[in-house]
Amino acid sequence: MGKLFSKENGEVFKSPLNLNNPVAVQVLGICSALAVTAQLKPAIVMGLSVTVITAFSNVIISLIRKTIPNRIRIIVQLVVVAALVTIVSNILKAYVYDVSVQLSVYVGLIITNCILMGRLEAFAMMNGPWESFLDGIANGLGYAIVLVIVGFVRELLGFGSIFGFQIIPDSWLLDNGGGYLHNGMMTMPAMALILVGCIIWAHRAYNKDKIQ
Amino acid sequence: MGKLNTNGNAYTIIYASIMVIIVAFLLAFVASALKPTQDENVANDKRSQILAALRIEKGSDYDVQAKYAELVKADPVYDGSASVKAENGGFAVENKNLTKDNRPLYVAETPDGKKYVIPMTGAGLWGGIWGYVALDDDCETVYGTYFSHESETAGLGARITELEFQSKFQGKKLFAGDDKSKIALSVVKKGKEGDISADNYVNGITGATLTSDGVNNMIQKGLSDYKDILDSLKK
Repeated sequence: MGKLFSKENGEVFKSPLNLNNPVAVQVLGICSALAVTAQLKPAIVMGLSVTVITAFSNVIISLIRKTIPNRIRIIVQLVVVAALVTIVSNILKAYVYDVSVQLSVYVGLIITNCILMGRLEAFAMMNGPWESFLDGIANGLGYAIVLVIVGFVRELLGFGSIFGFQIIPDSWLLDNGGGYLHNGMMTMPAMALILVGCIIWAHRAYNKDKIQ
Repeated sequence: MGKLNTNGNAYTIIYASIMVIIVAFLLAFVASALKPTQDENVANDKRSQILAALRIEKGSDYDVQAKYAELVKADPVYDGSASVKAENGGFAVENKNLTKDNRPLYVAETPDGKKYVIPMTGAGLWGGIWGYVALDDDCETVYGTYFSHESETAGLGARITELEFQSKFQGKKLFAGDDKSKIALSVVKKGKEGDISADNYVNGITGATLTSDGVNNMIQKGLSDYKDILDSLKK
């Protein structure tokens, strides 16, 4: 067990969560981060889906990495990812139908998520299955954290709710004589981009050595 | 056995073939194993939409299938001459297959009396929209509506799915006064009502004029398409 949780592996796990965060530092996977974060629930499901798919495609590619013909390695990686995404998409449709409707095409678009292909090509092709699994989980979670933060802010300010539960009471609203108005901008993808920008700003301000 | 030459042509081709076959079997297995559950979800979603038109709020906690079976008594399909071509099976007609010769109607018995639910489809600003309009058994008064969309703007056009907009249609009349020749029910922009009677219009959603127009066109066309059936039901 000592080897499984060695210092190097700890580093593999920790770095994508913070110093090498796929969204905040590498600026990958922005497309879906903007599209599915209007509410918290789809953001979490999307984050979990990406985590699961990255982890397992990493493991599979890592297991077969020595047999993959070099010339078609990208195709092999794509086929593995596409197969996993199709399976996850089918499972979502069968068990959380309303969320899969909300996520619509973005589940399918996980295939083209740069985080996945990036991790497969950069990590799983030259590391063992366990390290690759850790790397996949950590990168998926690093992506999910950003999605959850953005989803939280957008749902709270845009709809006045969290997980669909009303947080801002109706009596505060302008329509009902209060002085509060939901920020409709928050429901738009443009605002998500600004929020992601703010997260990157805060992240860099905190990690001074990342400033280029 | 020495080290495999993983760069040879034969190896590459065989590798790709085996991989594709394995993946194909895997996906076919998953898809066929989950298909029944998925179809059930789609059907339940459609049931809950029809129930939403019958004033049973979507998303509230109830057993969709039981409630649907309790309320919706028949789903006949009508042909081009407004006669019933199938007593049942309207539910199986997908919205995209709605044609003049293939018009399902849902007949429901609610605590408020007999209702007819008419399915309809149209075009919004960015993509398709669809809906269900429930009518009282005088075939003139709207009992409830449900609208949904593929990809209208969140917070603007997408608000046609909200109860606040849908419930505005309750109690509105299809026809203007005694003129039963054409559907008068419409969605109009606030301030553009003109001389339309308050019984015949609903205000559109502010900031979503094109989606509102889409709903207007859908309602007018959808109800006009069913007018002969409604006439025959009235007799």
